[in-house]
Amino acid sequence: MSQAMERYSYDVVVIGAGGAGLRAAVEARQAGLSVAIICKSLFGKAHTVMAEGGAAAAMGNVNDNDGWKVHFRDTMRGGKFLNNWRMAELHAKESPDRIWELESWGALFDRTKEGKISQRNFGGHEYPRLAHVGDRTGLELIRTMQQRIVALQQKDKKEFGDAEKFIKVFSELTITEILKEGDRVSGAYGYWRESGDEVLFESSAVVLATGGVGKSFKITSNSWEGTGDGHALALKAGSALVDMEFVQFHPTGMVWPPSVRGILVTESVRGDGGVLTNSEGRRFMFDYIPEVFKDKYADNEAEADRWYKDQNNNRRPPELLPRDEVARAINSEVKAGRGSPHGGVFLDVSSRLPAEEIKRRLPSMWHQFKELADVDITEEPMEVGPTCHYVMGGVKVDPDTAAAVGVEGLFAAGEVAGGMHGSNRLGGNSLSDLLVFGRRAGAGAAAYVKSLAQKPKVSDGEISRAKNRLNAPFSGTGGENPYTLHQELQNLTQDLVGIIRTESELTDAIVKLDSIRDRSTRVRADGGRAFNPGFHLALDLENMLLVSESIAKSALARKESRGGHTRDDYPKMDSEWRQYNHLSRWNGSKVEVAPEEALMLPKELLELFELDELKKYFTQGELAKGGM
Amino acid sequence: MATGVFSSRRASIKERTLRTDKWWLQPAFTFGVLFTFVIYSTFRAFENNYYWADPLISPFYSPCLSTACVEGASHFGQPIGSILLGGMLLSPAFYILVIPLGFRLTCYYYRKAYYRSFWMSPPACAVAEPHKKYTGETRAPLILQNGHRWFFYLGLILNIILTYDAVIAFKSPEGEWGHVTVGSLVLTANATLLWLYSLSCHTCRHTIGGRLKNFSKHPTRYKAWTIVSKLNSRHPLFAWISLFGVALTDFYVRQVASGSLENLPIFTF
Amino acid sequence: MSKKFNFRIWRGDSKSGDFKDVQVEVNEGEVVLDVIHRVQATQMSDLAVRWNCKAGKCGSCSMEINGKPRLACMTRMNSFEEGETVTVTPLRAFPVIRDLVTDVSYNYKKAMEVPAFEPPADLQPGEYRMAQVDVERSQEFRKCIECFLCQNTCHVIRDHEENKESFSGPRFFIRMAELDMHPLDTIKNRKQMAQEEHGLGMCNITKCCTEVCPEHIKITDNAIIPMKERVVDVKYDPLRWLGSKIRKKEGI
Repeated sequence: MSQAMERYSYDVVVIGAGGAGLRAAVEARQAGLSVAIICKSLFGKAHTVMAEGGAAAAMGNVNDNDGWKVHFRDTMRGGKFLNNWRMAELHAKESPDRIWELESWGALFDRTKEGKISQRNFGGHEYPRLAHVGDRTGLELIRTMQQRIVALQQKDKKEFGDAEKFIKVFSELTITEILKEGDRVSGAYGYWRESGDEVLFESSAVVLATGGVGKSFKITSNSWEGTGDGHALALKAGSALVDMEFVQFHPTGMVWPPSVRGILVTESVRGDGGVLTNSEGRRFMFDYIPEVFKDKYADNEAEADRWYKDQNNNRRPPELLPRDEVARAINSEVKAGRGSPHGGVFLDVSSRLPAEEIKRRLPSMWHQFKELADVDITEEPMEVGPTCHYVMGGVKVDPDTAAAVGVEGLFAAGEVAGGMHGSNRLGGNSLSDLLVFGRRAGAGAAAYVKSLAQKPKVSDGEISRAKNRLNAPFSGTGGENPYTLHQELQNLTQDLVGIIRTESELTDAIVKLDSIRDRSTRVRADGGRAFNPGFHLALDLENMLLVSESIAKSALARKESRGGHTRDDYPKMDSEWRQYNHLSRWNGSKVEVAPEEALMLPKELLELFELDELKKYFTQGELAKGGM
Repeated sequence: MATGVFSSRRASIKERTLRTDKWWLQPAFTFGVLFTFVIYSTFRAFENNYYWADPLISPFYSPCLSTACVEGASHFGQPIGSILLGGMLLSPAFYILVIPLGFRLTCYYYRKAYYRSFWMSPPACAVAEPHKKYTGETRAPLILQNGHRWFFYLGLILNIILTYDAVIAFKSPEGEWGHVTVGSLVLTANATLLWLYSLSCHTCRHTIGGRLKNFSKHPTRYKAWTIVSKLNSRHPLFAWISLFGVALTDFYVRQVASGSLENLPIFTF
Repeated sequence: MSKKFNFRIWRGDSKSGDFKDVQVEVNEGEVVLDVIHRVQATQMSDLAVRWNCKAGKCGSCSMEINGKPRLACMTRMNSFEEGETVTVTPLRAFPVIRDLVTDVSYNYKKAMEVPAFEPPADLQPGEYRMAQVDVERSQEFRKCIECFLCQNTCHVIRDHEENKESFSGPRFFIRMAELDMHPLDTIKNRKQMAQEEHGLGMCNITKCCTEVCPEHIKITDNAIIPMKERVVDVKYDPLRWLGSKIRKKEGI
């Protein structure tokens, strides 16, 4: 079957039109390059719109004690010091500029009394730090970026008579292959979801900004797009993924009704005073404050409640512990039989704030529960439980340029990139991550393209390889239904590679993943190529399988518990393990995971912490050296 | 050529609408009520009688400014003199009704109501309308809808006059104050409803503060705007009850003036 | 606890199409989109439907359910009687691509025609100061999730294909209102543009856009009518017109 093929040529191809992708595109355009923006769905629908709470940036608008160093410290603590320190440093330093820049593009954040951008409290952040718009900050961010792209196109139209001379948005197009000449990127190949027609992009640089992998799990806050496309593309192109074992389960997803299970309940509910209780009515989070956080979190209700009014003289309520801690605590309560009727715990804001205030501060939460669950959160508590939310692991990149290791011309930013968040991401650090590293990836790609003497060529062999992959779901022997396989995969990862892991289950998972992969070669799509979801899923399935394999194997290798990786058989965090990252690579038939030595912080950053705190994370030997 | 929902590249569906609810109920009801009002007010305007029963004056005939007015009804003189139409004195109601009629006709809420129920453009949401062409309010005569503001200002003057009428309704025919009658309460209620209707209107909301770019620099107007905005959310309600109010007030005065009803005194203070 | 429902789903493309009847199981708490997914997974694997977040935040799954423009993810099955036939069609104001998916490119074309936010040239990022009361009006319009249900239900284009050229629709009237009310936007003639280039005058404020908005944005009362009033300010206000004539004569 020979399918129509369109051919385009751009300086940079950005795969993904969420916050990171759009920010990268803006930067590359501003550097004078032509950019293709690829969206898997319609322009402006990317998963960024789901972000609720805010974007963390140490602007110090609400508490002027805040600054990049404090933000850096919080980020490293949240990630249990496994973060790539340079990324965390760049992120903390640059995020205020990225937020302010949004404002000059038309974003309208909530304001302080002085008219500055208001900032709210969030788990793991020492000071109020999240720029926000009610609880729909992600929507504001994506819409602003979308409108910024349109503004640049309008300028090009004025100047050159063609709005799409430099930036063109390709909506509802999926990329299935990165094309290479030798070790260098030469383009990308994909298909229009609408028609099934194939598209070739000739381009020396590709920026991956494809977001997360949540759709590999059964209970997830991610939309259908979160199939790990960028992770898989990078693996297959010869790059490496770092720390894929770290998957963040957001502590508060909806648990009922079943059809909305997993949909996010924003952390702002807790930031604004909401408390977690079990079936006995007890605020159980006081029982789960880990040793390393004892001096930062209140151990009694009175102090915790005072904190909302006076943050300088009281410790924070334990509901605002980093997400991994809260998710594990909820998990334990439910397992101990103290859960809510539908297998979660209670999150109550109704007894804490007046109804009007709840509706003003948390309008979309009120709306979401009212319309989806028939629950009025101003009158009764919500039922919540952990949901797969974010993957900390991702493409290993150079912090300053976002260049992916191992493949020249490949860049990655946002959730698809790894390292920034270490073993656990703080809420609010994702939106700022998108902007900081989206910009850096755009600049990195632009600099790379300009440095090339010659544009790499796309060979016919590469094209036919890409074509074959697209034909596979129609030419296979058949017998397997993509929907069924997807469901089996989701159940498997949820049960065996989920929030709590053990060696035997992980080993079992790897074997089962292998058998699903084998069956996936016999997946057959019914019907034609035009807007055929069965065909789309058949192709996405391979990406999810690769990602799940990478997660399972990395998780098996890490014999400790840290952040978004909890091992029942190794329940303690172990400083020895902080010295290693796990790198996943693709050998042509399966994913291989190998340890790599983790970076030590440089002296000046190490000195931002008290020695007593560092002792909890680093080995004696490391500390004796006193940093890099 | 097929247009609208039957245009060539749209989903080929025969039905003009697939709505299963009683979508026609509301436009039908609106049509019925507005039509009844039009019949009644036309009849009353032509009747040219029974609008003054000292101290009560019907809102259809106030201010009574022409020589055609019955004795005692012209509180503000008769500056218009006499207008003849086909050899007959024109009923004073005609030149008065222009204002409230114009105000209601150009009102953003009534526009919705009659475009839907009278003009079926559209009859209800997602129900295909029967018209071949549509240009909206971009050309004559509908471009005149933009004159709503001027009827609003004139309407305010009328409201002041009707308020005056309500106040003097507390006099006895002999000119003594403090006589509370059913009629005085009816006129007071009518004036109040008309104020609520006018002040809740979108033009009022705009002029009082909505047109500002920076509320923070005009705290008083911002406050006024928030109050009017609250009223504005009930504008449709006020539009309806003030419409009934005017008709019932006129009917009451008519009954009293024609002698079929006595303006019952309630108490005197 | 599952119940049986009859679904009538429109299937086809821009050339032809028809309703297909299916019987399907519905569980407690499900929404129409869940049911469509079940049909997809069990009976029609190539049934085309556009969706993303399944939480009413992205505005992808717009379609018409029993004739009403709605988000399928926010239409709960318990709003129907057991045994009732639920009719599902693609949006009827836009060209259909396949099954429940329509071509909404009209909206992106119109978005391109609204001039972007233009801040004061000398104002540096980080120096913006705006009061909460001054941004609140525009913030309401920025809640828009671009589901285009308002565009779909607006009879100006739904019932008159030829008006698509000259009419931008409610989604872009709220965009224009957002910018015109933005405390720091410096473009002064947005009102004239709205009237002369985007067809604001074609709107006869019959409010269907407001009725279908899943974000409950008061499109008509808070954006379209205020914009119409602002247009009156600059175009149809006799006092102003008179004033401008006099001032011109005096050469001021």
